[in-house]
Amino acid sequence: MSQYQVKPGPEAFLPPSAASMGIVLPDPGECHIEGRIAPEEEGYEYAARKLLGAKVPTLFPGPLVLWKWNEKAAKKAAAIRALSEAIPARLIPMADYRPKYPKIDPEAEINPNHPNLTIWHNKIDVCIFIGVHCHQANLALKIIRGGTDCFTMAMCAQAGHEDACLSFRDIGVESIMKLMDAVNKLKKEGVKSQAVPFKQISMNRKGRVD
Amino acid sequence: MNKQVDSPKDKIIRSQHVKLGTKNKKDQTFTDVNTMFYDTEMTPNFLTGSEVIRAAIKIASVGTSVAYPITPQSEAAALIGELYSEGYLDEYFRGESEFAVMGQCAGASFAGHRVFTTTAGPGTLRAMENFPMWAGSRLPIQVCVTMRGINSPLSIQPDTLEAHFLLESGMLMWHAETAQDLFDFILKGFIVAEQPDVHLPIATMCDGFFVTHTKDTVLLPPDDICLTPYDPYKSPVPCMDMECPPVRMMRDPFIMKSNYISYMTHASWQQEIRAAMERSRKHTIPLLDGLIDTHDLDREILIVSSGTAVSQGREAIRLLEEEGIKVGLVKIKTIRPFPHEEVKEATKNAKHIFVPEFNMAGWLAREIKAIVPDNHRVVAGPHVAGGMTMPSEVIVEEIKKYLGMKVSSISNRGS
Repeated sequence: MSQYQVKPGPEAFLPPSAASMGIVLPDPGECHIEGRIAPEEEGYEYAARKLLGAKVPTLFPGPLVLWKWNEKAAKKAAAIRALSEAIPARLIPMADYRPKYPKIDPEAEINPNHPNLTIWHNKIDVCIFIGVHCHQANLALKIIRGGTDCFTMAMCAQAGHEDACLSFRDIGVESIMKLMDAVNKLKKEGVKSQAVPFKQISMNRKGRVD
Repeated sequence: MNKQVDSPKDKIIRSQHVKLGTKNKKDQTFTDVNTMFYDTEMTPNFLTGSEVIRAAIKIASVGTSVAYPITPQSEAAALIGELYSEGYLDEYFRGESEFAVMGQCAGASFAGHRVFTTTAGPGTLRAMENFPMWAGSRLPIQVCVTMRGINSPLSIQPDTLEAHFLLESGMLMWHAETAQDLFDFILKGFIVAEQPDVHLPIATMCDGFFVTHTKDTVLLPPDDICLTPYDPYKSPVPCMDMECPPVRMMRDPFIMKSNYISYMTHASWQQEIRAAMERSRKHTIPLLDGLIDTHDLDREILIVSSGTAVSQGREAIRLLEEEGIKVGLVKIKTIRPFPHEEVKEATKNAKHIFVPEFNMAGWLAREIKAIVPDNHRVVAGPHVAGGMTMPSEVIVEEIKKYLGMKVSSISNRGS
């Protein structure tokens, strides 16, 4: 069995992909926590604790939930906003996958080709990727593990991500609500959010609206 | 691995496709691959390998196939044309060259079609630039490579050297021993290659003529069922969009940028292609019943090979058995991903590992030497090439020579 653990970095100048180190994706009903296969329910509580314990918990919604491709996408988007308010967590979009030249606005957006810039700039210590196409999510997750100490999580609608420190698979609106329920349950038990105060950034098609 | 995935009892996760159980325009019922292969009565048919390719594509729900003539795949490509005329495919046409064919396949795949094509020998090499492009673009195209000679002077005869050139293309590579393998690999190959966590092109390879032009008994499911179609909405990359990678990368990419971010992204991209190949193991193992087949691993001498060299190895084992020499067999089904752990485990007790191959390079022996401990145990050979057959006696001779036994060479037979 693999001894490799998918821990927060910084891991290496060019870290290996977790799959190449023997990490296998979970099956339906399972998640992985730092490479260890666990029941999905355990993952929700683990993720909720991580989010509440973080100073800068952040959700990175991708194109699959940022645009209203269908009703399901709109419902997911609404659930993600509710989750961000429950934690509370920043919402920083990965609106598309174009490399941002000449310069990204790292406070307001994240890009799969240089996601570390956003993590560093905002001092993000825990994050969730959701609604990002799998290929781009894997690129970003591995680059983040390589150069930052951020604990990464993925809520994937497909098979999950080994390059995240924690990954769910087959997620839908219900899964997002389950994570929110886990957050609220811990709060009721007295666990307090350690998030530093922040203001959500608003954007329109032309950029930031300050 | 953090999780064992070696149980052949665990079939691949069943399709949730919306069309499952409904019929297509040819009145074929969209059927899960598990049902097709494990719950359906198979009937024997006596077919050539080319006819087997036709039989597989008939029930594969292929959208587009692009053809270009090159021996020995031309017959299969022509037979797929018949399927198109009968209404089993949406698109079929002849490209301008193998290079054009593979580019046209990419276009169809970007647009969301299941795509199948065939090529061979110099055609494979002419098309070569496209294969890493397919992989980098995460296009699950299937190319059936009916391997033949690639060298000058020109040879159309069987030779597996072209596989050597494909090893690092980023494509999955499965090597069929028989026509039955070829049929199974084509259908199962689509399913594995199209998994969202894999989503890579696949080369289903067979030895030209030996498989394509000889008849064999092949078990086929009924042709009133077919695979569920490709679901482009599960792609790990967005549909074709000229503003997004990978397409944008081919147009005005950060390929052209000279900075750390650009280099890091490219390196990570390549790692992701190889990671996707690793992920294919989990889906391939249950469908192919493992990445290797083994027989009599307790023996000190093993033949480890792929393709039709395995068949010759089986006969060599029988001949050696008659002389009291006991030899075991390892058949490698997937060249990419390469079954590192399986081969290491299978060969751990062997004193001598013989790797017969139909090419001069001995690429399979190199792969094995690179992963097994004490690799002086690996004997790269025997080799034949350029269309030569590999009589089982040649393998017998190689093994006996190596063991210091007296041999009667067959090289002067017929003189």
